[in-house]
Amino acid sequence: MDSVIEFSSALCLLIGSFLCLSGGVGIIRFPDFYTRMHAVGVTDTLGAGMILVGLMLLRPENLVLIKLIMVLLMTLFINPTASHALARAALHSDLLPLLHRKDKKKGAESSNPW
Amino acid sequence: MLSGIYGLLSASFFVTLDAVDVAFTEAAVGAGIATLLMLVTVTMTGRYEHSARHKPIGALAVVLVTGGLLLYGILDMPYFGSIDAPAHLHVAPRYINGSMQEIGVINIVTSVLASYRGFDTLGEVVVIFTAGVGVLALLSAVRRPEEDVEIDSVNVSMHEKYLILRVVTKILIPFILLFALYVQFHGDYGPGGGFQAGVIFAAAIILYSMLFGMSTARRVISQPIIQLLSAIGVLVYGSVGVVSLLNGGNFLDYNLLSDDPVAGQHLGILLVELGIGCTVTSVMVIIFFNFAGRTEDHMRNERKSA
Repeated sequence: MDSVIEFSSALCLLIGSFLCLSGGVGIIRFPDFYTRMHAVGVTDTLGAGMILVGLMLLRPENLVLIKLIMVLLMTLFINPTASHALARAALHSDLLPLLHRKDKKKGAESSNPW
Repeated sequence: MLSGIYGLLSASFFVTLDAVDVAFTEAAVGAGIATLLMLVTVTMTGRYEHSARHKPIGALAVVLVTGGLLLYGILDMPYFGSIDAPAHLHVAPRYINGSMQEIGVINIVTSVLASYRGFDTLGEVVVIFTAGVGVLALLSAVRRPEEDVEIDSVNVSMHEKYLILRVVTKILIPFILLFALYVQFHGDYGPGGGFQAGVIFAAAIILYSMLFGMSTARRVISQPIIQLLSAIGVLVYGSVGVVSLLNGGNFLDYNLLSDDPVAGQHLGILLVELGIGCTVTSVMVIIFFNFAGRTEDHMRNERKSA
């Protein structure tokens, strides 16, 4: 039973690290601000969550478990909100996504709902 | 933005060096509040500086000479972390060995900060208070009530735009305030204390005022009370010292605050951390309100003239 818990915790930690790494690769390789935000927002939240779940499996004692659960809840709340705030700030500063920029150059009408 | 990244990296290498209290404070202040204030300043002043009209060669020469002299002075210092360095032999063994018996607090950082070196911490708190007074003297503007009504109407119409952020913030702010209270009183047993708690309190208030508008925030946090609170923090700290004097000992000697010396130390550290928390919170809030108030005036003038 113990080895099952240790194995699943190791698996969660590995998956979490791989997700965070792929988020980092995404920042470098994606062409546009909005796609980069999307890559980091999704993978960092799930990656940090997986790492926290893996740590929770390692230490099921009372106080540390509750603290880790609180940190996980806060991360799940705050990460997507921060990505949303960044994307909204970019849109407010008139940074258009890549496809809209190409449409604008060709002279087609681009409708900006904000 | 680079300064924010630098602050966060400094916090992580403080954690690597096992100095968790310092890392806590650095992450909160350097990566949080300082970046925010820098961004507000850049909003007010503009992104690019004017090109320099003269080449500052004299200043460059002075800087090079001073830097060279400082580097030459460093060559004599002992290696980083060596056992026979004076920093490790002078008072540190007394603090580390005597802290548990004399003060009875588990976190040695708090015992050194608030009890052994209480006078230096009083100086730090007075410096923070002076910074708040300086900002008030330079940047505070008299507000007329009609301006607030006009800002209110803009505020209500923008509710749709910021809906997600406002809902999440309303859920999160009680937890942030609760965490700040926890950090304030947990300084004896783990990383924490007055400085970190004050910054987290101020961060919650700043978050609220960023999303709900400055006029709403000014009605929630009234300016005279915050200014009074910053003075009260320093006053509480000083009063603890004066009470020790009146009881016949040195300034800030906590042993005399109660019958049992260790209980007196605990009481002294508690009151002193409370004073620190009050002053740090109110000064951060004062600085942010004055910076952001000027930005609002600036933008309103631009909107009127446009």
